[in-house]
Amino acid sequence: MAKKVKFKLDGREIEADEGRLVIDAAKDAGVDIPHYCYHPALGNPGNCRMCIVEVAGAPKPQVSCRTGVREGLDVKTSTDAVKRAQASALELHLVNHPLDCPVCDQSGECGLQNYYMEIGQYQSAVREDKQHKDKRIEAGPHVMLDQERCILCTRCTRFVDNVTQTHELGVFRRGHAERIELTPGLILDNAYSGNVVDICPVGALTDRDFRYKVRVWYLDQTDSICPGCARGCNISVHTNTKRPWHNDGKRVARLKPRHNHEVNGYWMCDEGRYATGSLDVGRLGRVLRLTPQKQDVSWDAAASEIGAKLRDGGVAFVASGMLSNEDWAAAKELFAGAKFYFSAEPDQVGEEDALLRRREKVPNLKGAQALGLVSGSFDELAKDLESGKVRALYVVERDLAKIWGAERARALLSKAALRVFQGPNKVELSESYDFRLPATAYVEEEGHFTNFEGKVQAYAKALEPIGEARPDWDIFALIAKAKSGAAAEVAA
Amino acid sequence: MALISVKVVERPRRTFAMQIYLVEVWKGLAITFRHLFVNLYRHLLRRPNASVTIQYPEDPAVLGRRARTRHRLLKRDDGAPRCTACLLCETICPAKCIRITAENAPDVRVEKRAKTFSIDLGMCVYCGYCVEACPVDAIHMDADDVATSRYSRKDMIWNMAELMGDKPKLPSSSTAD
Repeated sequence: MAKKVKFKLDGREIEADEGRLVIDAAKDAGVDIPHYCYHPALGNPGNCRMCIVEVAGAPKPQVSCRTGVREGLDVKTSTDAVKRAQASALELHLVNHPLDCPVCDQSGECGLQNYYMEIGQYQSAVREDKQHKDKRIEAGPHVMLDQERCILCTRCTRFVDNVTQTHELGVFRRGHAERIELTPGLILDNAYSGNVVDICPVGALTDRDFRYKVRVWYLDQTDSICPGCARGCNISVHTNTKRPWHNDGKRVARLKPRHNHEVNGYWMCDEGRYATGSLDVGRLGRVLRLTPQKQDVSWDAAASEIGAKLRDGGVAFVASGMLSNEDWAAAKELFAGAKFYFSAEPDQVGEEDALLRRREKVPNLKGAQALGLVSGSFDELAKDLESGKVRALYVVERDLAKIWGAERARALLSKAALRVFQGPNKVELSESYDFRLPATAYVEEEGHFTNFEGKVQAYAKALEPIGEARPDWDIFALIAKAKSGAAAEVAA
Repeated sequence: MALISVKVVERPRRTFAMQIYLVEVWKGLAITFRHLFVNLYRHLLRRPNASVTIQYPEDPAVLGRRARTRHRLLKRDDGAPRCTACLLCETICPAKCIRITAENAPDVRVEKRAKTFSIDLGMCVYCGYCVEACPVDAIHMDADDVATSRYSRKDMIWNMAELMGDKPKLPSSSTAD
């Protein structure tokens, strides 16, 4: 434990660890000091000169990202001298900045705009012509680079040097010609490349996926958990519902990481970040009975029929770690006595690395295990279907064609007497079932995921469900009610 | 809690002269006849400020020089639309009648351009905020066109080509909504 010391911040007495950076200690105390280059996870080169503060006794203003807290330090963050220093630092940042805010995708969440509104020097003394550099460089599959907008804070180069250690970006040339460029022979194509867009305080690095889709001030934000793997990165879901003609009609515009020191730090991987396609495309919206012929049915009719058939036993429940803790608890109740199959088969495993990504590409296998559920093997399930031991098959959000191959899966499905598919999206064999029930996607419900370390994290509802879709736990509860009702009738 | 101070306002009392109405009727008629005779006098002396009735729509409407009329999208010298699809007009529009989608412009320096741009004149309140908000002077409200009525709501929507004058907006014969 570091020694606690007392120091003065704008006249207030504040306690902090000795040696902690003044900028961090001020943030803890609720004072935000403007900054561009400093990032808690990327170090403090001190090149942007924005976090300037006055320290009593020092002859000149100091940068708070390189000043440690010590006993009796007297820091002032908003004196006239500080404001003047920050205004002239901003003026220098804007010497070569094109000021194309109206067409810049960052505008609305731009560090330059925000601080300029606060402390800018509106009459610039610079009379030189602006240096022109390259615009619209496709730095990688996800990132677009605009060298003119860059203020050379070097956050992105520090990210690729220190976090991913892939070194795709660097600062090249000198003086006015200094610019961020791709390292010769490389493109910005690593598993975490999208993060450089988040840390870029200006519009130099923008998201190719999000570019020009919708202006940021039309977006709503909701706290959520990334369902892309067992890590459970904290994210915020940015949705566009007020002006549906933007973003190509899709409701989810982008996902951004949320800081959580214990889980994902400040980052998220590209795999999770760009996995929004299935949220608005290929969704199930109606309760359907597919046999003997395709027809719409009501939730109650479907539930009572499924409930009555589930009572006959021989039930197998196939699910995935996409279910929330609440869903698992409701499933455990409904399918008591049935066999559970939810292990991550080749359809749900992928690459993993030391930074964030986990092998299991579903968020909540741990939640099922915590409830005492054990997954059987899918080979065993295939055998049981073959022998007729399993008569009712209830599949949630799982594509059996990806586990067994389309032909074998279709043949095995035809053996069961009752086949129910439940999920938010169509899958390859979703026509080969007796019932197809629409469930909500994770952005349309609230719940909890338990990540691979056993941390339980809540996610909130960002959007209204599509069509008749209901949360999985709600569907399980509806069927459970029908099942017990059917049982009571027989007993009577 | 804030204290609310109440001010009691007394109702105006109606006098007998008001209640019989005739006095007020005569006052009104006096104004009507004053207009008739003043105008007659001006016409007799051929004064330019004499009022006339304009036979609109047979005769064209007479508009002031600064009248806010139908929107017009302006072009660059090379004929490309000036609009950079920054969406500031769509954002400021209080009637939410402007809809723009953006795409990459072929010229890197221009950066962005409108893929679609439409104004629903049926919803427009002619406030002129879009003209004020535009940073590149791409939209004006000076088409001097006030005859924007159509037989259906759908026909009130003008697209980019129509607003730029590349395509005439034909009055639709359809009466369906």
